[in-house]
Amino acid sequence: MSEPGQATPTLTLEGIHKAFGSFVALRSIDLAVLPGELVCFLGPSGCGKTTLLRIVAGLETQTSGRVIQNGRDISRAAPSARDYGIVFQSYALFPNLTIRDNVAYGLVNRRKGRAEIDGRVKELLTLVGLPDTGAKFPSQMSGGQQQRVALARALATSPSLLLLDEPLSALDAKERERLRGEIRALQRRLRVTTIMVTHDQEEALSMADRVVVMNHGVIEQVGTPLEVYVQPTTPFVADFLGKVNVLEAECLGAGRYRVGRIEIATPANGAAAGERVRLYLRPEDRILADTGAVETMPNALKGTVRRIDFLGTYCLARVDVDGFEGQAMTIYLSLNQTHELGVKEGAALPFALRGERVRVFPRSA
Amino acid sequence: MSATASAGFLVGSKRRRWGEWLAARGGIVLLFTALLVFLALPLAMLFVRSVEDKAGATVGLANFAQYLASPGFAFSATHTLIFAALTTAITVPLAFGFAFAIQRTCIPLKPMWRNIALIPILAPSMLAALSFIYLFGNQGALKFVLGWFGLATVYGLPGMVLAMTFASFPHAVMILLAALSLSDARLYEAAASLGTPEWRKFMTITLPGARYGLISATMVVFTMAVSEFGVPKVIGGNYGVLAMDIYKQVIGQQNFNIGAVVGLVLLVPAVVAYAIDQAVRGRQQALLSARSVPYAPRPAAGRDRSALAYVLVVSVVMLVVMGMAAFGSFVRVWPYNLSPTLNHYIYAFEEMGVDRAYRNSLVMAFSCAVLGAAITFAGAYWLEKTRGADALRPLVRVQAMMPMAVPGLVLGIGYILFFNHPDNPLNTLYGTMAILVASTIVHFYSSSHLTALTALKQLDNEFESVSASLKVPFYKTFGRVTVPVCLPTVIDISRYYFVNAMTTISAVVFLYSPKTTLVSISIVKLDEAGAVGSAAAVATLIVATSAAITVASLLAEGWLLRRTQAWRRLAAPA
Repeated sequence: MSEPGQATPTLTLEGIHKAFGSFVALRSIDLAVLPGELVCFLGPSGCGKTTLLRIVAGLETQTSGRVIQNGRDISRAAPSARDYGIVFQSYALFPNLTIRDNVAYGLVNRRKGRAEIDGRVKELLTLVGLPDTGAKFPSQMSGGQQQRVALARALATSPSLLLLDEPLSALDAKERERLRGEIRALQRRLRVTTIMVTHDQEEALSMADRVVVMNHGVIEQVGTPLEVYVQPTTPFVADFLGKVNVLEAECLGAGRYRVGRIEIATPANGAAAGERVRLYLRPEDRILADTGAVETMPNALKGTVRRIDFLGTYCLARVDVDGFEGQAMTIYLSLNQTHELGVKEGAALPFALRGERVRVFPRSA
Repeated sequence: MSATASAGFLVGSKRRRWGEWLAARGGIVLLFTALLVFLALPLAMLFVRSVEDKAGATVGLANFAQYLASPGFAFSATHTLIFAALTTAITVPLAFGFAFAIQRTCIPLKPMWRNIALIPILAPSMLAALSFIYLFGNQGALKFVLGWFGLATVYGLPGMVLAMTFASFPHAVMILLAALSLSDARLYEAAASLGTPEWRKFMTITLPGARYGLISATMVVFTMAVSEFGVPKVIGGNYGVLAMDIYKQVIGQQNFNIGAVVGLVLLVPAVVAYAIDQAVRGRQQALLSARSVPYAPRPAAGRDRSALAYVLVVSVVMLVVMGMAAFGSFVRVWPYNLSPTLNHYIYAFEEMGVDRAYRNSLVMAFSCAVLGAAITFAGAYWLEKTRGADALRPLVRVQAMMPMAVPGLVLGIGYILFFNHPDNPLNTLYGTMAILVASTIVHFYSSSHLTALTALKQLDNEFESVSASLKVPFYKTFGRVTVPVCLPTVIDISRYYFVNAMTTISAVVFLYSPKTTLVSISIVKLDEAGAVGSAAAVATLIVATSAAITVASLLAEGWLLRRTQAWRRLAAPA
């Protein structure tokens, strides 16, 4: 992916602000979406991600701020004066029209010949893996198939921007996973700039080139899936993505922190000595005895397993840590590790923290 | 398509986008203006004229003082309340039993019983009054029955209550059928698992679950009775009610100012009942969650047998009342000479001008069916699915629901006061067919509007958004998707307007001219002339016409759905 600034963005949002009465839905949103990339707006419900997408689509009007698409200011343009295709959670297929007519809906309006339209419809239905379904009606298809048709309809007019509003939320788990891969492959192949709104972090992390994590109407962090997961810049992002242990600590200066009676070493995050902070650490950011003698490693700890939650291919162990003075941690264990290390409730579990993974945030946040 | 091609397209479509912008706002502005002229301003005139004297000078509340102090008012008001209260007290329990039998027992032939209960909708309310005159009137075959109850005559309160019960029964049944269809089987299962006897389930689950429906039915029946004109006119005798006062003041004495006062007085109970009904309807919907499991009754021999007996008795009475007027219209002199004749019809058509009235009624009913359905549906669509003109939208919403709270008579007087005013440029409408059509569409607007809204709310909200993204103007999607998908609803609305236009009398009785007289008005005139047989003949004719159109439109609807709507019957693969 090219660095921001190298390519002209397909879409630029500048200081987008949206208020519904006294409720502020979005505040000073700045974002550039580059050509061909898939950007996910991710956040809990009510964070403003859908509102932001609807502002891009012109279905809502921002209170202030500018929307620029391909160099054209479309801040006040009507939806029909913008250039995008959109897919909604509800598919929004016209129930009384055949699949062919649904896909051709936007083409007919452009005074194309019938043969040309038929050719294009065929091409699109093949593209989404549903050739020869043109004569069917939406009600004859499964949810996943309907969503593929909605995608074909949105792509039919070759828009420069594709908007996906929680496109997979109405589908069952298996179908969702399959379509996730298909949409991603299709998007890569067509290189169509895409914005997808989702509340499903797994979906965002697995599909996006860049994830925009939102909360309470502001952007918390923008980054690649790996960046936002491994280097969250705010406690919210650390908390919202995946699981995280939060430990109350005091900064001792020079990258040293005290949790309970234990000292933890981690590359300094800029906290001053004496400052009360919280350490954020994911369950998998630990080293276990199967890789060597953990007792001699930096940040070595002794724990006692209090409870084990079995979750399929892995387990999460709730561990009381000696010297943490009541602050328990959740530790990730593969199923194999559970067997090999003899982890069971009540047993001792020595482990070491990966100090370089620890994120430090001030306690007030 | 390349980026340049789509850019070129955007420039070329500028004019059309402007047209779309205008269409979205224009529709709302038009609807607002139409409702203002044909509803809000006429009603406002009631207030203006009620505080003026005949010469147009402002007299404050003198008219109110004069009318409210008159001995006639005390009588009429008391009579109206007694009449409405008795009717409500009889109709609602009867209808509840009927609806309960259909929704909560396992009797056979439920659709048939339901349809029989709804038959009175096809008839003008005067029909029941005529039937009861045939049955219990001075020459009534069953007049002796009155003696059992210590009554000397059916004219007056007893006849009014009987006829009104018949006329309002289907409205109460419809509300209660809907209320009793909403139920959560899990409550009954929980009660059964706790060993609750049937009567206690009824008292603690069924009745509370239907309480909003009961209140709503009570308000609807009460309002109908309070503002009813046809029934007291035909069978009321000397039992004066407010509706008759208005008629006498306006038609008899041409005293529009007092008429306006009585209209406002009549508006009070109607508005109060409406407010209660509205408050209650919202709660009924909140009663059930999306997770509720619908209740399906299981056979219970004793309960089912008594329910069937009850439904059978009520249905037979309905059919007898309905058939009595028809039968009376085809015999020479009920009950003395029962030889068949068409004389009552011939007299009505040849001597009393019913031929013209019938033609007028058909023209009006078809106009209402076509225009009313088009305006109501398009109006609801514009309100629900387009954007822009946001300041006007709440005003349009309020006006769309107002007719439900306004009795037809009150609307009618408002129309006279407003459209008959010499300074009103629209006064050329007075006495025309157009004003009859307008008043009828407005009078029945609210229910139709609600029906249209319900259908539109079931459509995906994003159809318009998708269309916009595909550069298809919303009105094309309206024609290509919305109307075809909602076609059954549009036809239902159309049928509702037709039937009501055929049977209504309350607003139009003030607005017809000799050229535009209607069949429902002919009943009143024939009855006044003492030609009860001919009045019954005309009432029968109305029922036959309404029924024929209803059946024809149902058949046409079925045919149309089979022909053009294959998509409805196709289900998703299992």
